[in-house]
Amino acid sequence: MTIQNIIFLLVVLAGFGLFAWQVRKIRANISHGRDRDMSGDVGERLKKTLLVAFGQQKMFKRITPALLHLIVYVGFLVINIEVIEIVIDGLFNTHRILGFTGGFYNALTATNEILSALVIIAVAAFWWRRNRTEPVRRFRGTEMRAWPKLDANLILYIEAALMVALFLMNTADLKLHQVENAYLPGAYPISGLLTGLLPDNATTLLVLERLGWWVHIVGILLFLNYLPSSKHFHIIMAFPNVYFSRLMPQGQFSNVDSITHEVKAMMDPTYQVPTPPASEGAEAAPTTFGAKDVNDLAWTNLLHAYSCTECGRCTSVCPANLTGKLLSPRKIIMDTRDRMEEKYNSPLIFDPALYGPAAKHEPQEQLDKENHTLLRGYVTPEELWACTTCNACVEACPVNINPLESIIEMRRFLVLEESAAPNSLNVMFSNIENNGAPWAFSPSDRFNWADELYVAEK
Amino acid sequence: MSDFAARGEEPEVLFWVGCAGAFDDRYKRVTRAFVRILEHVGVKYAVLGMEETCTGDPAKRAGNEFLFQMQAMQNITTFEGYNVKKIVTACPHCFNTIKNEYPALGGNYEVIHHSTFLQQLIDEGRVKLEGGEAYKGRRITFHDSCYLGRANNIYEAPRAVLEALDADLVEMKRSKANGLCCGAGGAQMWKEPEPGKKDVNIERTEEALATLDGNAEALARIQGKESGNEGATPAPKQNDQSSIIAVGCPFCMTMMADGVKNKERESNVQVFDLAELVASAEGLNA
Ligand code: SF4
Ligand code: SF4
Repeated sequence: MTIQNIIFLLVVLAGFGLFAWQVRKIRANISHGRDRDMSGDVGERLKKTLLVAFGQQKMFKRITPALLHLIVYVGFLVINIEVIEIVIDGLFNTHRILGFTGGFYNALTATNEILSALVIIAVAAFWWRRNRTEPVRRFRGTEMRAWPKLDANLILYIEAALMVALFLMNTADLKLHQVENAYLPGAYPISGLLTGLLPDNATTLLVLERLGWWVHIVGILLFLNYLPSSKHFHIIMAFPNVYFSRLMPQGQFSNVDSITHEVKAMMDPTYQVPTPPASEGAEAAPTTFGAKDVNDLAWTNLLHAYSCTECGRCTSVCPANLTGKLLSPRKIIMDTRDRMEEKYNSPLIFDPALYGPAAKHEPQEQLDKENHTLLRGYVTPEELWACTTCNACVEACPVNINPLESIIEMRRFLVLEESAAPNSLNVMFSNIENNGAPWAFSPSDRFNWADELYVAEK
Repeated sequence: MSDFAARGEEPEVLFWVGCAGAFDDRYKRVTRAFVRILEHVGVKYAVLGMEETCTGDPAKRAGNEFLFQMQAMQNITTFEGYNVKKIVTACPHCFNTIKNEYPALGGNYEVIHHSTFLQQLIDEGRVKLEGGEAYKGRRITFHDSCYLGRANNIYEAPRAVLEALDADLVEMKRSKANGLCCGAGGAQMWKEPEPGKKDVNIERTEEALATLDGNAEALARIQGKESGNEGATPAPKQNDQSSIIAVGCPFCMTMMADGVKNKERESNVQVFDLAELVASAEGLNA
């Protein structure tokens, strides 16, 4: 092993080690959420994952971004094979170790080159969509503060830089072999066109090739460690997130079991509230109804927050948002993530909060840090009450995030813990309680519709 | 229902009228239309009458889980008392709640929305849609209710019913899974909307009207696209024959009707429920 191999080994270990450490932090954050049993239905879940996550099924509702995204996504998958080669080469001082596969290697390198070129084009198009004077509507919005905007662009710059490094490496390597009249395994449709740009000097070419090689692999490792701070983490989290998505009809809201026991006990005094499985020692903490803070949400809702691509498809179909109300489902999801990282102080490598306090989020109601929570500190009741529970956001999300669940949990907190529903809703509640209907009509009038109709059986 | 019980008989289906169907003056007409259809085809049905009470849907959507479960338990007890197995309702909210949310509280029934029920009657040939008002050539657009469509994946049944009418069915830009809410769901029906640019039902009505008028320019405006500035904006081309916005939900009915009124188009655009359309095509005027 040369000194170079050892340095490389250390770099790779550090890269993956750091990544693992960050992922553990995020795992811990997510596990602060409430329990929810998501086991079972393995077949159906796998099928969903295959279709929605691997197959990009929901992306194809909008064709232009779908195609652009597909290029970058396939490019990412194919480049992973190349990364395996780079790691082996780096550790064992080999050069293009997969070269022996002949035809396969030709196909691999050629695909890689073409995809990389397409990725550069796609990235440019993405950049244009976001940064022209009138960006695509869904890339705007109150929650798209300085950090989310910078993040989106950084990802594009890094991706482009990685591709440029790859071309530098390939072109220099190709030219070096040409100069030395040696054979280089693989096919290089794009680099073959670029060789003219490089000098003929063998040493320079070797240096350039090594430069490209190192920038490419170190860049990938840096990018990997940037992911946990970024919306780009979705390239990993989309898979578990889709796997654990809801299989029930969208209209079905969760049942609150603790309330069921209470209601049953009220209606039938003999009803025995089942004792929860004897929790070791710990007094069963009095559970709050609904969600005030991130740890009151189910862990799947927290997983959502780390899977969000901040694409804004949810917000762009939200009837409340479309008609100018404060509600933006994307904001609810982004707030959840920000609040988790604030509360549990997850030390990420690139701490977006360092970019400035207002970069991520401004607390809606200025409370002191200890006392502000997801609800009120981040999400205002006004946003929550604007939701029509129409499920459009759920339908639109390409990675099966469900903002509506979080909205309902927070509404439950407002109503059940704080009795803070808008007054007209309280009127509706008492109508239901007293008249059995949301309107103030007497139950005895329930049959009046039949007055103008001859009905045989009443 | 109690009459059936007194006779020791059981009806084929329970028709769940719902609060809107019982109290809303406009929607009472739909209830009557549906009952006429049931009687016309001779389905043995029953209603709960005064024993019916709110399913709890608005309470649940508004976050009042406690009130919801009280209502649900009460209804489940009533259903148990009459050994109810099959329920049909014209309200997607009642439909969704009884079908999807009652099972967790011990209530399992076969629940059918009236659009599916009507489709079945048409498919079986029990409803022929002749002898009454003809819809041939009239423009109809169907507004998908969130709680029928996205919530429960029922998109085809209402369309099958409308196609059977032999009308000119046109689709709005946002339809089926991409449909836009009427703005009344999630307990919005009972409160003022939050401040914003406009109300959701106006947005949706504009879209429906543009579709019915076949007005591409108006459509483009709704989609937020820049329309060419050449010349003056052409006046919307309006149908001579009155066109119809079809709905399958009492809340959508209210919202769309208000929207049409707001746009002062009542003279040539009407809002009807599927059951009303079928009833009048059968010559069963409600
Ligand atoms: S469910 Fe609520 S948040 Fe989601 S799109 Fe509909 S109104 Fe917006
Ligand atoms: S929740 Fe889904 S649709 Fe909304 S921004 Fe995030 S990824 Fe996009």
